[in-house]
Amino acid sequence: MAAAEQGVDAARKEKEEEEEQVVNPWEVSAGKGGIDYDKLVDQFGCQRIDDALIDRIARLTGRPPHCFLRRGLFFAHRDLNELLDLYEKGEKFYLYTGRGPSSEALHLGHLIPFMFTKYLQEAFKVPLVIQLTDDEKFLWKNLTIQESKRLARENAKDIIACGFDIERTFIFSDFSFVGGAFYENMMQVARCVTMNKAIGIFGFNLEDHIGKVSFPPVQAVPSFPSSFPHLFAGKDQLRCLIPCAIDQDPYFRMTRDVAPRIGYQKPSLIESRFFPALQGENTKMSASDANSAIYVTDSAKEIKTKVNKYAFSGGQDSIELHRKLGANLDVDVPIKYLNFFLEDDDDLAHIKKEYKEGRMLTGEVKQRLMAVLSEIVARHQRARAQVTEEMVDAFMAVRPLPNMFG
Amino acid sequence: MGYTKDQLLARLQELKIYFTCYDHPVVLTVEEQAKHVGHLGGALSKNLLLKDKKHRLYVISALAGTKVDMKILSQRLGLGKGGLRMAPEENLLEVLQVPLGCVTPFALINESASAVSLLLDQGFKSKQICYFHPLTNDVTIALSSSNLDKFLISFGKQPAYVDLEAAPAVGKDNPPDLAHLVPSGVPNSSEQPVENASHTNVPHHQNNVPKETEVKAIMTISKVQSKGAETSSKVDKPTTNTSVDKFVNDVFDIISPLLSEELKKLDIKKEELSSILDGLRGRADPDLKSIAMTLKNASYTNGFHAGFKTMLHRGLNG
Repeated sequence: MAAAEQGVDAARKEKEEEEEQVVNPWEVSAGKGGIDYDKLVDQFGCQRIDDALIDRIARLTGRPPHCFLRRGLFFAHRDLNELLDLYEKGEKFYLYTGRGPSSEALHLGHLIPFMFTKYLQEAFKVPLVIQLTDDEKFLWKNLTIQESKRLARENAKDIIACGFDIERTFIFSDFSFVGGAFYENMMQVARCVTMNKAIGIFGFNLEDHIGKVSFPPVQAVPSFPSSFPHLFAGKDQLRCLIPCAIDQDPYFRMTRDVAPRIGYQKPSLIESRFFPALQGENTKMSASDANSAIYVTDSAKEIKTKVNKYAFSGGQDSIELHRKLGANLDVDVPIKYLNFFLEDDDDLAHIKKEYKEGRMLTGEVKQRLMAVLSEIVARHQRARAQVTEEMVDAFMAVRPLPNMFG
Repeated sequence: MGYTKDQLLARLQELKIYFTCYDHPVVLTVEEQAKHVGHLGGALSKNLLLKDKKHRLYVISALAGTKVDMKILSQRLGLGKGGLRMAPEENLLEVLQVPLGCVTPFALINESASAVSLLLDQGFKSKQICYFHPLTNDVTIALSSSNLDKFLISFGKQPAYVDLEAAPAVGKDNPPDLAHLVPSGVPNSSEQPVENASHTNVPHHQNNVPKETEVKAIMTISKVQSKGAETSSKVDKPTTNTSVDKFVNDVFDIISPLLSEELKKLDIKKEELSSILDGLRGRADPDLKSIAMTLKNASYTNGFHAGFKTMLHRGLNG
C-alpha cells in the first residue's frame, strides 16, 4: 500500500484499527474504551465462568462463593468443570500461583490473586505452591541478583500476610529452588517448544537475550506435581489449578500444549480481569505512580486522600445535575472497587441503585469505599507486622506437608 | 517417616523376638521369593493389600498355598459381594510405606498404617517357621507365628487369625463373621490394646460402623462431600486439630452464650438477639480468622525451627 494512494481519512482509520489491545505477560495496553474481555476470551480460547459454574463451586465447597467470583472479577477458565468433576469423585488437586517480585511496593491489585487463592485453599482444602519469579525480574528488569532475591523475600512476607495456611503452603523462589526434578521438567518442556512457537506466543524477537527465551519453562513446570518430589512423590497425575490474571494465559497455553506430550496432565486455569487504576480503566496501575493505586502500606489518611482526589467519579459535575441525571456506573471507579471489595450483596445493590438514580452523592460512595479499603489494608498491615524472617524460612523450607489434604 | 528395614530388625531384636534373615536379590512375586528361600523348609506367605469402597485398607497375609477368594472375603467382612479390590500402588507407598511387591504384616508398624486391618491365615499357626518381607523385598525374615504376634502386640495391634478358605453363608440369620475386622476409623494407639476380636464382638462393632457414618452424614453438607470426608478420616490418623475455621467457631461458641445472657438482662428481644449475634459474628469473622492464622503459622514456625535445631545438634535420635 503506497502512501500516495491513501487519503488522509483512510490513513487515520488505519491508525485507529492498529491500536489493538495487547495482552501478554509483559505488556497490557487497551485499545479505546478499555480492555475488550469478550475479544480476549475469544482470542485466547478460554471459557467464561457462568452462574451454573459458580453455583457448582458453592455446592462442592459447602460455603458461599467468594466475592470475586460472584462479581465477575474471576471470570474465565480452562477445564475448571473437568477439575470439579474429578474433585466430586474424590480426586484432589493442588493450587499453583505466583508473583514476579519486581518491587517492594505492593498494591491491592497485586493482592487480588492471592486473596482469591487463599479462599480456594480454604474452600477446597488443598495444598498450594507459590512461585516467586526472582529470576524473571532479574532477566527483564535492571536488577542485581541479590536485589531480586531480596525483593522475593519481602514480597513473600506480604503474601504470607494474606493468611495462607503454613500446613498447606509451599513458597519458593526460582533462584533457590530450581534444580533436581524441577529442572528435569523444565528441560522436558523446553525440548517441546520451538523458537518459532516461543516467538509467536511471547512476542520475542532476535534482539532479545537468550535468558528471556529460556524463561517460560520455569513458569510452566510448577503445573506438574513431579516438580515437587518433597510434596507429591508418587502422585504424578495429580491435577493442578492455576488462579492468575488473564495476561498470564500465554504461559499456560504453552504448558497445556506440552503437557500431554510429556505424559502429564494439563493444568486447569481460573483467570481474573485487570483491576482498574484509581484514575479509571484506561490508566494502568503502576508501581511508579503512587496515586494510581491503594498500597498495602497506605495509612487511613493516605487512603482517604487518594480516594477523594484521584478516584475517577462517574457522578455529575453539580449536585443539581447529579440529582437529576444520576451517576454513570460504567466509568465510576469507586463503584467498581466496591463491586470487588464490599461483601454484602444487598448493601452493594442499594448503593448502586441510589447512586445511579441520583439520590446518593459521589462523596457518600467514596466515604463508604474509604471505610471498606481501610479495613482491608489495616488487617493486612497487622498480619504483615507479625511475619518474621523465621516464618518466611518455614514457609520456604523444602519440607513435607503431611496435612495438605486434611 | 516410614520405618526402614534396619529399624524394624533392630526393634525385633529389642523385643527379643527370634528370627533369621536371608538376603537375596529383589523379588516381586512369591514364585521368585521361593527360588531363594523355598528350599529351607519354612512356609512362604502371600500378602495382599486390599481396599474397600470406603477406601479402608486391609492386609491379607496367607500361606502361599491358601486360596483367597476376594468375593467371599468381601461378604464375610460385611462389604457386600464386590466390595473388595486390590489397592492402588499409591496406598502401598503412602500408607504402608513399602515398595511394590512388598506387602507385609510388618508394615503395620508404621503410624501411617494404623488404620489398616490385618487378617492372618490361621494356617500360619501350625507352621514352625513363616517367611515374610521385612519392609524391603531384597530380604526375607523367618519367624514363628507366635513371634509375629509378639511383634504386633508390641505396638498395640491385636493379631487376627482367620480361616481364609472358609466360606460360611452370609445372610439374614448369619451376620458376616469378619465384620469386626473392618477398620472403624479410630486407630489403635499403643497405650490401649484393642479388645480381643472374638465373635461375641460382632454385633457391638456392627453398631459402631453405621452410627459413625450417620454422624458424618449429618456433619457434612452434601453426600458428595461426605465421601471425601470419610476417605480422609478413615485412612489418615486424626491429628491435633489445626483448623482455623474450627478455632474461630469455638471462640464464638464460647462468647455467644455469655453475650446473650448479658444482652437479655438489657431486655433485648429474642429475635433481635440472634440477628445482633449474627451481625457481630459476620463483622468479627475476617479479623478473628486472620489473627488465628497468624498464631497458627507462628507456632508452626517455632516448632519447625526447634525441630531443625534438634536434628542439627542431636541427629535422628533427638
